[in-house]
Amino acid sequence: MDRMRSHIMVCGGTGCTSPESEVLIDALKSELEKVDYEKEVNVIRTGCFGLCDQGHVVKMYPDNIHYVNVKKEDARDIVNEHIVKGRPVSRLMYVAPEEKKNENKKDQTGFSKKQYRIALRNCGLIDPDDIYDYIAFRGYEGLARVLEEKTPSEVTEIVKQAGLRGRGGGGFPTGMKWKFTLRSPGNEKYIICNADEGDPGAFMDRSILEGDPHSVIEAMAIGGYATGANTGIVYIRAEYPLAIKRLQKAITQARELGLLGKNIFNSQFDFDIEVKLGAGAFVCGEETALIQSVEGSRGEPMKKPPFPSESGYLGKPTTVNNVETLANIPSIILNGADWFSGIGTESSKGTKVFALAGNVKNVGLVEVPMGTTLREIIFDIGGGIRGDKEFKAVQTGGPSGGVITSADLDTPIDYESLKKIGSIMGSGGMIVMDEDTCMVNISKFFLEFTQDESCGKCTPCRVGTKRMHEILDKITKGQGSEEDLDLLEELAPMIKDSALCGLGQTAPNPVLSTLHYYRNEYEDHVIHKRCTANACEAWNKYYIDPGKCIGCSLCAKACPVHCIAGAAKEIHVVDSAKCISCGICFRACKFDAVIKPMER
Amino acid sequence: MQINSLDQLIKIREGAMKKVNLRESGEDAESITELMVGMATCGIAAGAQEALDALLDEIEQQALENIRVVKVGCIGYCHSEPLVQVNMPGGEPIIYGNVDAERAKEIIQRHVMKKELLDNAILNKTFNKA
Repeated sequence: MDRMRSHIMVCGGTGCTSPESEVLIDALKSELEKVDYEKEVNVIRTGCFGLCDQGHVVKMYPDNIHYVNVKKEDARDIVNEHIVKGRPVSRLMYVAPEEKKNENKKDQTGFSKKQYRIALRNCGLIDPDDIYDYIAFRGYEGLARVLEEKTPSEVTEIVKQAGLRGRGGGGFPTGMKWKFTLRSPGNEKYIICNADEGDPGAFMDRSILEGDPHSVIEAMAIGGYATGANTGIVYIRAEYPLAIKRLQKAITQARELGLLGKNIFNSQFDFDIEVKLGAGAFVCGEETALIQSVEGSRGEPMKKPPFPSESGYLGKPTTVNNVETLANIPSIILNGADWFSGIGTESSKGTKVFALAGNVKNVGLVEVPMGTTLREIIFDIGGGIRGDKEFKAVQTGGPSGGVITSADLDTPIDYESLKKIGSIMGSGGMIVMDEDTCMVNISKFFLEFTQDESCGKCTPCRVGTKRMHEILDKITKGQGSEEDLDLLEELAPMIKDSALCGLGQTAPNPVLSTLHYYRNEYEDHVIHKRCTANACEAWNKYYIDPGKCIGCSLCAKACPVHCIAGAAKEIHVVDSAKCISCGICFRACKFDAVIKPMER
Repeated sequence: MQINSLDQLIKIREGAMKKVNLRESGEDAESITELMVGMATCGIAAGAQEALDALLDEIEQQALENIRVVKVGCIGYCHSEPLVQVNMPGGEPIIYGNVDAERAKEIIQRHVMKKELLDNAILNKTFNKA
């Protein structure tokens, strides 16, 4: 049996001038044949190394040496020197550029990777069903150290010094929250983990609970000790069955080892966790509504103050922390406040997980240090726009946020900078849109979501979002007027100023920001009666050219909704009320008689 | 068993670490090959269960020993799910993307048995961790 002793991995990403990489692969192969090594050394093509500005990147396996700017002329040296003589070719070796941003990046060896994982550190690395896997990666050491070495107020101080802020979207300093609860009088306190992830497109909390449930359990125990709570509650949406199952299994395992329960680590500290299932309402992500729901009432927000840290669950002092926020805690305890505050920007420390979605090549979950730019996230990590189309905008903060245009792509991300450009951090959904996206349609989509999710307690949100959605719906149907735009602009600040909770206060954001950056598109819809992106239903119906149709009926047979009428050898007609704009008739027609909506 | 002190926790950890060192460094005391399958909701939806079943079948067919398959959470590369990471002693871990049953078999037959990496399927790890 042949055994490969070594591999030469050549980057085959589209960024690496892909036609050329074939030439390089051929050159390497022929050099290997010359020295009779073709059976021992394999040349393979891999995905992008994320160093696209450095030309051809070649990695030697298992030596783990990277060569950059490799040309086909270099193939000989790589084979003769590295493979035959075992001497790395130093002139081609990758030298990491001086790290500018922060101290922390210096200890990243080899590659200057854009991502740095704290909250996701164990996701994809450990078996979530095995507590010993978590313990192997320093699991529960933070809890042990806190219980053996620190007082509750020291723990809150570490978290405050670290500069950790709420990752659910609000950005409130976690250490302060803990301090408030600790200071509130009373023996009975609670810590609640908010796992009611409702932002469309965001799934980092689910991934953490599915991939590393113990990190959240450990953090809740640490938070319980720091704030004086003996009971933790995980409020999780019932739509996450796998996360619930793994979390419950993890809680059971932690109890078996005495890491939850009475007298943890012989410290007299008792702590246990129960899981409460939510029915999945967006508003229950708001902490007061969440507490209502945990108590068994309708999930409706309450006015603040009193804050939950004074009077929360059952009227007792309660801390509510998001999953991702908690997942950072064990690392902060183990590595110290200075380590954490060394990552990120002036006002926002640490990292943030983003769910990268939409028209981007590498859809996925990314965790980057605060201060990373949107361009780095979308183009370097995300690989750019799918289908090599033009980038148009990115929506952060989901239905509570706004769009960011290419002009602001180089903004370093933190809580403040995103606010400045008209969006918010939110829980980390990041929806990338290409040139074919209609901005009116997008804001209609988000308004449809918020008006649906409005709990109905306060009028501005219940009625206001409904009216906004109606106006947007009218515009996308081609029945809008210029006055409608004025109406939207009048209504939006009114809702923002008068709604009771965050849901209503942020609901108009997508409309305001798209109106600000893409007013011309709104005007196209209401004045010129057209949708350049071809997305709005008033203008996106297919049409059959009577001059070209020969009545072959191929289109009618292909149509999935049977909206094309016409007998054989007669001219066919599309019923635009039924047409779903799928384009199947266009592809079925052999006579170019079906006309795309935009070409009419 | 109850863990009652930090010292006891650290002792337990030392035992557990033998099992996981392979995943990050390729160093291993037991010379066991490990296959990690991304089995969060996203991975399962993309067909990770089929990949996992195919891996287990092939291991049985080939009567391989000293190999273990581990279910892990989301690795983050949703664009290329299902994902399988191969950790073999003496080499850096390799992550494969878009692993269907066919490719899963190939991973066993070529990578695990012949130490031959598969073309066009390798993803590069693009992150560091705390």
